Amino acid sequence: MFDYNFHWRPVFKSLPDLLAAGLTTLEIAALSMVLGIIFGLGLALIRMHMRGPLKWLASAWVELARNTPALFQLFFFGFGLGAVGIHMSPYVIVLVALSFNCAGYLAENFRGGFQAIPDTQIRAARSLGMTAWQSYTRIIIPQVFRIVYHPLTNQMVWAVLMSSLGMLVGFRELSGETQALASRTYRIFEYFAVTAVIYYVIVKIILLGSRMLATRLFRY
Amino acid sequence: MELTISFFSGFQPSDLLYLTQAAWRTLLISILSISIGTVLGGLFGWMMYEGKWAAALTLGPLLDVFRSVPLIIQLVLFYNFAPIIGLNLDPFLSGVVILSIYCASLVANVARGGMEAVGQPMRRAARSLGMAYWQDLRYVVLPIGGRAVFPSWVGVALGVMKDSALVSVLGYIELLKASQILITRTQEPLLILTIAGAFYFALSYPISRYAATLEKRWSS
Repeated sequence: MFDYNFHWRPVFKSLPDLLAAGLTTLEIAALSMVLGIIFGLGLALIRMHMRGPLKWLASAWVELARNTPALFQLFFFGFGLGAVGIHMSPYVIVLVALSFNCAGYLAENFRGGFQAIPDTQIRAARSLGMTAWQSYTRIIIPQVFRIVYHPLTNQMVWAVLMSSLGMLVGFRELSGETQALASRTYRIFEYFAVTAVIYYVIVKIILLGSRMLATRLFRY
Repeated sequence: MELTISFFSGFQPSDLLYLTQAAWRTLLISILSISIGTVLGGLFGWMMYEGKWAAALTLGPLLDVFRSVPLIIQLVLFYNFAPIIGLNLDPFLSGVVILSIYCASLVANVARGGMEAVGQPMRRAARSLGMAYWQDLRYVVLPIGGRAVFPSWVGVALGVMKDSALVSVLGYIELLKASQILITRTQEPLLILTIAGAFYFALSYPISRYAATLEKRWSS
């Protein structure tokens, strides 16, 4: 029954490559989170404060990002746009698709965060003589940040996990690198087992870092 | 004499039927995995709730692994691991196994949250009315806790439905794989991906809207 010989040596030999690819994974996840936060914030504000075609567009973005598989979005940006002449490198495809997805999910989190802050606070801030910008950056945003901090951490973890889909469009992040190495040696199980461990460690590091940051940020 | 050979043929109405069948297979694997995953997840959630530290040391970290490793890696690992221990599973079964466990690991958290949402006084009241432990679970915890976490369960279920697209990696011809096959033949990625996306959207959007309205109604 158990006549399979495990060969771990090729995996350990290419461990430096895997770890370097792990850094690429972290990099693209972090970048897409930054873009996702920027666009997500914009989408949330547009959906709350605007009317007309811009709001319609923002809603379409959010609903599409949330109601279709991430893999579909990746294929759409990769192969779909390629058909109309927009060609991007695998790196850009993964980055755009991940940012699109993150922005959609984060927009809903931000909206929930903004709605949790009563309107009266803005009016109170304005009547104290603050400008609209001041009342937003000093009163609203800090409170919203506290509310969305945990969802943000979760989204970062999701971004790392989702970036593994890059393997299917030929992007050499952790999964893509693993697949390339595994198909060279045919030690598929061994390679992917080690990769799973690396992903687990990356996720744990993110969660730990987020918790440590939270104790510093939210001391009061 | 000029001989023209066409390698590609355009999109035909019969392809729409093909995509519909593929969408049905997506639905099939999703419903199967979500059903098994929900039953297992409910059981795990109950064990985590009742088992306190014993479960926190064993079951908790184990389920955590499935949430911290990308689904695509889990699928590839399991698909390559099953033959090692002498199981010969086709892509469909492998997909169901992994999707179910993945779903269970997510539902376990939801179920535990639901049990924690039922106040201790309520449960003592149920027991002091003469209800047995199981009656208390069935007639008090299930309706009240279930209602509290129903929207997040819907979220998990929809997530699993969307993630079922990843089973295409193993070669199971579900919606996304089918659209890839059609793209190869017709060379019309934008059209076919749009149709596939519309299928996913049509499956996911009404349910997520329904859950959102339920959540709003129950919270008020």
